[in-house]
Amino acid sequence: MKFIQKTDPMEYLEGQEQINSDIMQRVLEAANSVEFDKFNATDVEHALSKDNLNLNDLQALLSPVAANYLEEMVAKAKATKERYFGKNIYLFTPQYIANHCDNNCVYCGFNVNNDIKRAQLDEDDIIKELKNIAKTGLKEILILTGESQTKTPLSYIAKACKLAKRYFDIVGVEIYPLNSDEYAILHASGVDFVTVFQETYNPIKYGKIHLGGNKRVFPYRFNAQERALMGGMRGVAFGALLGIDDWRCDAMCTALHASLIQAKYPHAEISISVPRLRPIINNNRINPRDVTECALLQVIAAYRLFLPYANITLSSRESEYFRDNVIALGVTKVSAGVSVGIGEHGGKDDENKGDGQFEISDSRDVEQMKNAIKNAGLTPVMSDYIYTGVAK
Amino acid sequence: MDKLNLGGKLFDSRFIMGSGKFDPELISACIDEAKTQIITLAIRRVNQDQNASITKFIPKNITLLPNTSGARDANEALRIARLGKELGCGDMIKIEVIRDSKFLLPDNYETLKAIELLASNGFIPLAYMMPDLVVARDMVNAGAAAIMPLAAPIGSNKGLSNKDMIQILIDEIELPIIVDAGIGRPSQACEAMEMGCAAVMANTAIATAGDIRVMARAFGKAVEAGRDAYLAKLGRVQNKASASSPLTGFLGQ
Ligand code: SF4
Repeated sequence: MKFIQKTDPMEYLEGQEQINSDIMQRVLEAANSVEFDKFNATDVEHALSKDNLNLNDLQALLSPVAANYLEEMVAKAKATKERYFGKNIYLFTPQYIANHCDNNCVYCGFNVNNDIKRAQLDEDDIIKELKNIAKTGLKEILILTGESQTKTPLSYIAKACKLAKRYFDIVGVEIYPLNSDEYAILHASGVDFVTVFQETYNPIKYGKIHLGGNKRVFPYRFNAQERALMGGMRGVAFGALLGIDDWRCDAMCTALHASLIQAKYPHAEISISVPRLRPIINNNRINPRDVTECALLQVIAAYRLFLPYANITLSSRESEYFRDNVIALGVTKVSAGVSVGIGEHGGKDDENKGDGQFEISDSRDVEQMKNAIKNAGLTPVMSDYIYTGVAK
Repeated sequence: MDKLNLGGKLFDSRFIMGSGKFDPELISACIDEAKTQIITLAIRRVNQDQNASITKFIPKNITLLPNTSGARDANEALRIARLGKELGCGDMIKIEVIRDSKFLLPDNYETLKAIELLASNGFIPLAYMMPDLVVARDMVNAGAAAIMPLAAPIGSNKGLSNKDMIQILIDEIELPIIVDAGIGRPSQACEAMEMGCAAVMANTAIATAGDIRVMARAFGKAVEAGRDAYLAKLGRVQNKASASSPLTGFLGQ
């Protein structure tokens, strides 16, 4: 299937729910007006002296001059994290149940034009995988698919989530954006957390790299978290894929987006992820070259100080060394025992059924991650949560 | 003997430990050094497999005070409380109903409904709340066994920001008033006890200290000192100097 870039990425497609919200407009206005070069040392110092940061402070902390204050930022981020979360580090693992995708995102290994091994787990496969993951002691799982409404419809995903709820305390999804009534169906199936990455908050760049499929519609994706909360979800996660566009601006928009959602839905539990671009199968030009580890740490610290109450997740895309050092400095959640291929949790003698989305850097299992967390003087926590919905 | 009476159970220690920061070392420090006898515990944390459950780290002679953290309304609080009972957590339960994930401030309105609901379902509910006399009176009427006002936002270590309001609760409400959340220093815990609080709860202040054990000990002593000062009846605070030879001494009988 080839897509011809015809649709306007800012136009909704038929069937996509439009909600009453000005949050996108406010975020895009901030993106258009920000000038990171105008911030000076005083702005950064001022931001670092405050407890409640505003947008201007956030921008100062993401500015080039703030790089000179990285040590101070990180020290404050560490203390802030401990105040809100103590020494806890939460563990989870993603489970890919299918890798079919109708979209054409140029940076992703699952894109419809990429020649990879496609697969989709059936009910027995899913149960087998869930059991194997549960054996490791994990209590939180994130169900993922590629974005194919045709091959992996809502009913299929809801079924998988119901199965997952049997074995796990916390079930989250990272799937294609839905309408609010569809999120309500997932919520009734045991899901309480929804992750949607906006990838980049620059609509022009967004249109250039999302060549086709539903994902091409920027505002529908943007408002997914809000629709998820309207559908009854307890928490939502945000993320820009750092390295696609100007990372400072994308990080600023992510944090602002999350904070506006928080203000509008005070009960919502907010999480942010900090993925950088990773190499994918069949395209070695894609690399997180311009987002250095220093930049990533600056982003993490800025997120922590601007949104002290938010979870920050650090994925296995990052190296063991980086993760071991950063878990003590502001993040609250890490993945463990990660396999991005389809059906890879099935057991040792099992062939992986489908190719993965990207390459991971840290392939440590749950026990190893627990030890790394303990070695950093922290406490690994599997779950801190009760689902008060009704799924059984 | 001066004992704390909580839901009919008597305690020597008036320092209650929160386990929200989840560090086993913290728990043992508070038991050994601060002589804590009560540890609060989120039911959602008991709901774990044997290896990970926090209860593993808490000795049997310590009283667990389960809470409903994670509840966003009265019905969820009841559901969580029932789950706690199934897991062996007992009838006494601290009601935490929070609909604000930013500051984690308790929702007095839903908490009141939860107190009513849980009390009528046979639980002994303790009310974690914003210090507000009018609502606190309603909590008493609804069946609360103690009032647990927050001193300052949780984890803020800001101390007795709500001091005046807490004093009013102490003066007006007959149930134990237990300061819960916001206490950042032993001196603040001491002050709360001097004011007449029945007990003080802390977690973050100890969990984030440089030396957890020494800080736990400091808190234990501060709470005791404050209680002694309260029982001894503090001298009156006067703005004017009181002359040891009174100016009116010349007046004859
Ligand atoms: S990023 Fe998501 S939507 Fe885009 S190609 Fe990959 S899996 Fe499909």
